Amino acid sequence: MLTDLPPISIAYPEIFLLAAGCAILVIDLFLAEDRRWVIYVLSLAALLGCAVLTMIVTAMTGGRLAYTFNGMFVSDIMASALKMFTYVSVVLCLVYSRTYIADRGLYRGEYFVLALFATLGMMVMISANHFLTLYLGLELMSLCLYSLVALNRDSAVSTEAAMKYFVLGALASGLLLYGMSMIYGATGTLEITEVAKGAARILQSGHPSGAVLAFGLVFVVSGLAFKVGVVPFHMWIPDVYHGAPTAVTLFISTGPKLAAFAMAIRLLVNGLQPLAGDTPQFQSGWQDMLIILSVLSMAIGNLAAIAQSNIKRMLAYSTISHMGFMLLGLLSGIVSGNALSAAEAWSSAMFYAVVYVLMSLGAFGMVVFLSRAGFEAERLEDFRGLNARSPWFAFIMLLLMFSLAGVPPTVGFYAKLSVLQAVLGAGHVWLAVVAVMLALVGTFYYIRVVKLMYFDEPQDSTEVRGKLDASVLLSANGLAVLALGILPQPLMQLCFYAIKGL
Amino acid sequence: MPPSAHWLSLSIWVPIVAGLAVLATGADKNAREARIIALVGAGLGFLVTIPLVAGFDTGTSAMQFVEKAPWIERFNVNYHLGVDGISVLFILLNSFITVLVVLAGWEVIRDKVAQYMAAFLVMSGLLNGTFAALDAVLFYVFFESTLIPMYLVIGVWGGPNRVYAAVKFFLYTLLGSLLMLVAFLYLYNKSGGSFAVLDYHKLPLPLDAQVLLFVAFLLAFAVKVPMWPVHTWLPDAHVEAPTGGSAVLAAILLKLGAYGFVRFSLPILPDASRYLAGFMITLSLIAIVYIGLVALVQTDMKKLIAYSSISHMGFVTLGFFIFNAYGMEGGLVQMISHGFVSAALFLCVGVMYDRMHSRNIADYGGVANTMPKFAALMVFFAMANCGLPATSGFVGEFMVILGAMKFNFWIAFLAGTTLVFGAAYTLWMVKRVIFGEVGNKHVAELSDASARELLVLGLLAIAVLWLGVHPAPFTEIMHASVSELLKHLAVSKL
Repeated sequence: MLTDLPPISIAYPEIFLLAAGCAILVIDLFLAEDRRWVIYVLSLAALLGCAVLTMIVTAMTGGRLAYTFNGMFVSDIMASALKMFTYVSVVLCLVYSRTYIADRGLYRGEYFVLALFATLGMMVMISANHFLTLYLGLELMSLCLYSLVALNRDSAVSTEAAMKYFVLGALASGLLLYGMSMIYGATGTLEITEVAKGAARILQSGHPSGAVLAFGLVFVVSGLAFKVGVVPFHMWIPDVYHGAPTAVTLFISTGPKLAAFAMAIRLLVNGLQPLAGDTPQFQSGWQDMLIILSVLSMAIGNLAAIAQSNIKRMLAYSTISHMGFMLLGLLSGIVSGNALSAAEAWSSAMFYAVVYVLMSLGAFGMVVFLSRAGFEAERLEDFRGLNARSPWFAFIMLLLMFSLAGVPPTVGFYAKLSVLQAVLGAGHVWLAVVAVMLALVGTFYYIRVVKLMYFDEPQDSTEVRGKLDASVLLSANGLAVLALGILPQPLMQLCFYAIKGL
Repeated sequence: MPPSAHWLSLSIWVPIVAGLAVLATGADKNAREARIIALVGAGLGFLVTIPLVAGFDTGTSAMQFVEKAPWIERFNVNYHLGVDGISVLFILLNSFITVLVVLAGWEVIRDKVAQYMAAFLVMSGLLNGTFAALDAVLFYVFFESTLIPMYLVIGVWGGPNRVYAAVKFFLYTLLGSLLMLVAFLYLYNKSGGSFAVLDYHKLPLPLDAQVLLFVAFLLAFAVKVPMWPVHTWLPDAHVEAPTGGSAVLAAILLKLGAYGFVRFSLPILPDASRYLAGFMITLSLIAIVYIGLVALVQTDMKKLIAYSSISHMGFVTLGFFIFNAYGMEGGLVQMISHGFVSAALFLCVGVMYDRMHSRNIADYGGVANTMPKFAALMVFFAMANCGLPATSGFVGEFMVILGAMKFNFWIAFLAGTTLVFGAAYTLWMVKRVIFGEVGNKHVAELSDASARELLVLGLLAIAVLWLGVHPAPFTEIMHASVSELLKHLAVSKL
């Protein structure tokens, strides 16, 4: 604990965003319809302010662990790094989607305020060191996302998607909460770092409450799997991704994935690490549960994606398979009770999550970018002949698709490389072979998009053009996939430090 | 040669940068500029590879022109380049073929010219990188990246069934290489955190691990070579690819597989290689004999040459797995020779296809009457393809058969049948296409090859003759590395 800081200072970014969100909500009331851009600028400014504050906090703590609110809230390098990535992803989402929402009558204050509060929820999740904080962050984020999906009130598809999302999301929250209460029953604490100590004690002493702990673990993992979106808790993903306005799909598929990753780290690594591998009391731990989830996700996600004709649904299934891949890194940390290479393995999962978010931003960003008033570029067919209409954006999409497929020299390859290395380091050769075979299946539908863009003639000759800011950032997004593929070291190292500093 | 001369990096990056410059010319209204920049880039790319051979020290088997810089410290991956007698010639061959491919596509490609030229230039740089990489991850990155331009080349400028061929090409080759990636990661963990290929050469491994790794490498390389029975993508890809694509595919991309055996499978896994040699020899012989017979019944010229490629590459793998100097050097010579000859034959078919828009043997007949200069060159390359003495095709096949004879008479006998089958399918095609009466009025209207086409084919003819009449400069370069490799192979790593 740092004594020379005011205790709440490490939560300044969250406090600032809360205040900014409320202020924007009020300012929006006094703005005429044609001055809506003020809200857009203020939202971006709020996120920029958060970024500055997060950097200040990181500089103040020097990257060391710092707790506040009686240990409910933690600041470490992972929190700072993931928050920064979250800001970037939210900023990109807002910029990409501006024209899209304006064309569809969604360019309202609510969109921005809900997005900002969802971001706040993610930040709280990322910094949670207490089951309650985590749950509050999760619910704040989820409630905002439910409303965002339903923002287009007149659309039956969106409303249906929002309803599904809400019901299944509430169920997942229930599972998670139930699991947490079991763990509380066993260990007598809700503070995550204390839970770890309590769990270790129970396992060592062979106390009968170990069974309650195991029971809680199962529910926590299920709830987590729901939120991350892995098989068999994945069914909401395709429907929600498909039904939501594309700008909201873009939002859901990016920042919340980082938050979900942080939640997994906080719950499983910080809290339930003693239950990771086989213990004297249990033959297997959460790592083995994740193996099942991961293999199923990679298999079902990749196979189902092939059959889709809607690119949003296709990318939704692709998300499922990517999250399965991400779990590969998470489940390789503890090898026969030994945590020596754990930081490498977990950091590979973090690298995967960050890289996935970057690629997803680009891919969904492109769908948003190609849509225009009265036209959703959401069928695969709509990408036909893109190379003839706009060679540059076809090239950007090509980079993104090959990156999602994991073909070098794009960064998607290094993401796969690092998680596979972790899996092999943990000695699961068969799992690595299964993973690459399923990745091969996945390659098919990504190169199909490239085929449509390059090999086919366009059916629609409308010029591709977007606002300058969106064009520039989308291009930068696509080129970043290539640039990070040529020089992946800095991001890998950052993820490594982040996990090391837990 | 001062170590500061980055010839290898230049041979990789000059074509890639030139490719990007070509892309920058944009739409087809600047096609002229695109072609000129592409030719200059390919020419420069070839020039920077000349010092690699000129300054090559034939007295050592060590890696030369080594460049090493840390790249991804997190995994101890280095930007580590270097060539020995085995790899240096392929860099030269690749850069040479790229110049010809640019020339061959000069007038023929009218659609998306800049993208076409750029794809070939970028691919050329990536292929050079594959041959020069001494780090497993770097190798893999180059090896895989080449799929992207080739996929586009087949799919965008290919024939009617191009989509099927492009996707099949991509997925087939990816299947193999993904398992190779797992193998590399396994070796990384076994070697205590190193991706250096030369470290793997010294790494002791038990036999069962060696066999599993061998199978993983085999899938990657066998698909590329391609060996029977995973060759089925090649005829499709060749038939649908544009002429330049077929030429690069046959001349260079197939060599990646065979190169992989020499650089990875054999030295890293010597015991498994010996253990599975019988299996490999059997597959090679099936390719030589059975695919040779398959080639005989083809009605499509490109398909025929594609099957002939598989059969010739069978010679290469046969040479590698009989473990003597004749076989090994013969295999390498055969790779280079096949690079020239198959590229030349595909370009010949391209010359005719551009005029007739048909690859069917039945649509031709008596081409020699209307295209005498072209016919002379085509017959010459056909002779080289059947291994006529004084052409490059003879040297490699002869050395491999000689090596096989030392190893086992019957293997040499079966390999020798190729001299019959090869002659049969090639000469029969030549007879039906080139000789005889003028087949139809389309053939009667053919105009002889242009100066540009003659230049391209003429350069290849010189190369084929040179390697055929005086192969010593080529084998001298290989010699030290090959004998070192054989010495290495004789020592068990168990």
